[in-house]
Amino acid sequence: MSLAGVLSALLQIALVTVGSPLLVGVMRQIRARLEGRAGAGVLQPWRDLRKLARKQPVTPRGTSEVFRVAPLLMLATTVAVVAVAPFVTTASVPAAGADLFVVVALLTLGAAALALAGLDTGTAFGGMGASREITILALVEPTLLVAIFALSVPVGSTNLADIVTSTLHDPGRTITPASLLAAVALGLAVVAETGRLPVDNPSTHLELTMIHEAMVLEYAGPDLAMVELASAMRLSVFLGLWATLFAPWGIAADAGVGALALGTGVLVVKVTALGAALAAGEVFLAKLRLFRVPELLAGSFVLALLAVVASFFFA
Amino acid sequence: MNLVAAGLVGAVVVAVAAATAALLVPRPARSAVVGVGTVLCGASGMAAGIVALTGPGWSAAVAGLLPLTGVVLSVDALSGVFLSVIGAVGIAVGIYGIGYARHGLDGRGVQAMEPLFVAAMLLVPAAGGVGTFLVCWELMALTSLLLVLAEHTRRVEVASAARWYAVMTHLGFVAILIGLVVLAGHADNDSFPALRVAAAGLSPATAGLVFTLTLVGFASKAGILPLHAWLPRAHPEAPSHVSALMSAAMVTLGVYGIVRVGFDLLGGGSRWWWLLVLALGAVSAVYGILQAAIGTDLKRLLAYSTTENMGLVLIGVGAGGLFAAAGNMLLAGLALTAALLHVVNHAAFKTLLFLAAGSVLHATGSRDLDDLGGLRPRMPVTTAAFGLGALAGSALPLGPAFVSEWLLLQALVHGLAAGGMATAIMMPIAVATVALTAGLAVATFVKAFGVGFLARPRSEHAAAARESPPSMLAGMGVAAAVCVVLAVAPVLVLPVIGAASGRVFGVADPVLSGLLAVRLQGFTGSLSPLLVAAAVVFATVVFAVAARLIAARHRARVAARLWDCGAGPLSARMEYTATSFAEPLQRVFDNVLRPEHDVDITHYRESRYLVDAVSYRLRVPDRVEHRLYRPVLSAVRAWGRAGPRLANGSVHLYLGYGFAVVCGALLLLVVTR
Repeated sequence: MSLAGVLSALLQIALVTVGSPLLVGVMRQIRARLEGRAGAGVLQPWRDLRKLARKQPVTPRGTSEVFRVAPLLMLATTVAVVAVAPFVTTASVPAAGADLFVVVALLTLGAAALALAGLDTGTAFGGMGASREITILALVEPTLLVAIFALSVPVGSTNLADIVTSTLHDPGRTITPASLLAAVALGLAVVAETGRLPVDNPSTHLELTMIHEAMVLEYAGPDLAMVELASAMRLSVFLGLWATLFAPWGIAADAGVGALALGTGVLVVKVTALGAALAAGEVFLAKLRLFRVPELLAGSFVLALLAVVASFFFA
Repeated sequence: MNLVAAGLVGAVVVAVAAATAALLVPRPARSAVVGVGTVLCGASGMAAGIVALTGPGWSAAVAGLLPLTGVVLSVDALSGVFLSVIGAVGIAVGIYGIGYARHGLDGRGVQAMEPLFVAAMLLVPAAGGVGTFLVCWELMALTSLLLVLAEHTRRVEVASAARWYAVMTHLGFVAILIGLVVLAGHADNDSFPALRVAAAGLSPATAGLVFTLTLVGFASKAGILPLHAWLPRAHPEAPSHVSALMSAAMVTLGVYGIVRVGFDLLGGGSRWWWLLVLALGAVSAVYGILQAAIGTDLKRLLAYSTTENMGLVLIGVGAGGLFAAAGNMLLAGLALTAALLHVVNHAAFKTLLFLAAGSVLHATGSRDLDDLGGLRPRMPVTTAAFGLGALAGSALPLGPAFVSEWLLLQALVHGLAAGGMATAIMMPIAVATVALTAGLAVATFVKAFGVGFLARPRSEHAAAARESPPSMLAGMGVAAAVCVVLAVAPVLVLPVIGAASGRVFGVADPVLSGLLAVRLQGFTGSLSPLLVAAAVVFATVVFAVAARLIAARHRARVAARLWDCGAGPLSARMEYTATSFAEPLQRVFDNVLRPEHDVDITHYRESRYLVDAVSYRLRVPDRVEHRLYRPVLSAVRAWGRAGPRLANGSVHLYLGYGFAVVCGALLLLVVTR
């Protein structure tokens, strides 16, 4: 890995770490305004994180190191993905490649670690959240992998850098039936993975309806800050991946200063636009009943399978 | 004398010596002697396998050792893969068995069988002729059957499980026997080289018949649907180290048989063979992991996970066959490499998981996840071992199985355009299967580890658990070390496995593996398990240090009560159990699983409006077993009942039968001659 590669990876990590809570702030602000509220401001998530980080660390009795390591592992896997994905520039992708299967599996590993932490508390809420999160995770996985399959078949590689470069060379590829179907399927998968409406309501604190929040109920102080930061970063990463796969324009091909600045600006615009669209869409949606969610996910799976079929027959 | 030969002969000699010693040595020293013998036998077999993998093969014929055919042995690179796997499993199990046998398993018979089982398994891939192969196969079946029966005096279910195993393994044996004998009937003698020559002149129908028959037998050994019924019975009831031997080593010989007969002896054959193999693999993978995801019996869950993993291996083997039939040998080599690497990885983590499960069973006396929990402070080493195995079993990065599943997915991705419509339809289905399996495997192992080991104990047995003796921990340690090495440095095994599978199709190694990255030959695609692991570990450490620094500026960590809604301390009964954890998945797959609910409400005698007690039972029967085996069993029973009516004791009637048969035979001769 070259020096330019390391520097661009560090740039991406810094950008995503600083920007993710802001993205959450923007999304909450949009939602508040659309609902006729004033909103707490874009910076509120950062203020919350600062407040939590300054609190005394608390370990619930009876929990093991799994509970303490899980937020770290979730952050670490997310950062590992951010470091190698071609968000700002393809120069960040190491020589060994940034394989899409690896990226998805790493994000799953983080989620599985947090589910174990939920079980580790031994409370009914922790178990309930973990059980629901894992069920949704298990059902999203097929959609993700099959959609990746559909996207990689025309390129002949599952390396993110190859997919981006090939799409940049042949922009018509983004409006093929395969790509459009895969975009919808992956979009639904992203909504489910990041726990947004209609799958999970990120702002609910009613125990019986929540998934992610129930799982992390026992976290407090700095640990909770890490979980919150990791969740925000996961949201940015999934939106960033979606944008990278289906709208790769603006991604720098090298690590020049001008190209990096342009790439950074374009990434911010793309992810903010996607986040804004998601937030605006959420205003008009109610949370689905838990046992209706699998139907939605099965639908996205069928779309992904159709995308593969389309990629073979309409290539 | 060749090194391979020395290793094999050494293994057999050590095994026989250990078995004899088991019969003679007094009880206190018996398990140690047998354990050391098993380790030496395994090490010897593993050495033979490694030599065969890296160097030239070896073959020999000893006439007169067996009647009619003599003993024919031949070891090539493909056999080497399986010899090494069996040997390595034998080493871990041998060490573990020393401590495990102290608890009532140190009888003469059981102890004598353990090294013999390992030796019999080692001989199967070394066999080079039909007669030798069948004898070794049967020897393996018999020794394992006796080991499954080890605890039959303690539990009633053991006898039933062993009966299922005995019947199914012998039906499979009969199928293999007929298939191989049909093939050998066309050859000059029964050695494998002669069969290869004969297979070239075989009609497609005969070759298909041979393949189908052997596939039935080998699939039943590998626990492939619908012949898996013995697996979830025998694995839980056998002693845990025997389960590890069976699940990690013995079932893989079913895969060996399919590869040996299909690719090597029959030379590839037609496309439908491999479509059939792929379809069987896909169905087994999904069904196996689905049963595991909702199961609550720890060892039964692991047994179903074996069915799943063998299904994944068969997807690789089937895809390899399809690509070879389409003429793309490099891709076929890649698919087979993925399959064989998965065999190796599965052996490593399944040994670890079964040994850890045995340790739990020992400490708590329970296999039911709903009774476990809270083992982390009580059994730290076992918990760590199972956690590592669970990470591997869920095929996530940092675990070994991720590498092989990644290779499998790459083979399927690049195979879409490899050959015609059939491949184009099968590949997406295969990818979807692998994907669904991956998701459900995560659910399965999060449940097994999270419910079984973390949180608070759900029963008194679990609360009273103690860590197992050092030899058991050492056995787990060996398996765990192998898992870690395979996860971060697959480069140690991939080149030889790739070369072995490449040789099957006559191509070079389809995978270019270096220390840092695994690359595909002829296709784009690379993975760096070492870098991924290093990145994740490095980032975790950085964040841990950062968090520590930020926290140190403020106050020290304190312990606090769990959130109990202000309603007093939480009891263990309020925890989520394995059943409740899997309930959403069970509901989602309701149509496939068809669980049986049983609600029993008793009312007070005074008023039927007041409920005295409610009992609720949930059972998820194996549906395939219900639908497929019940009708066959009842038909056999009906046939058996009809039999006595033919034989009512009347001599006249019997003479009449004789007369009718003779007349019939004569008539047949008149018509045909």
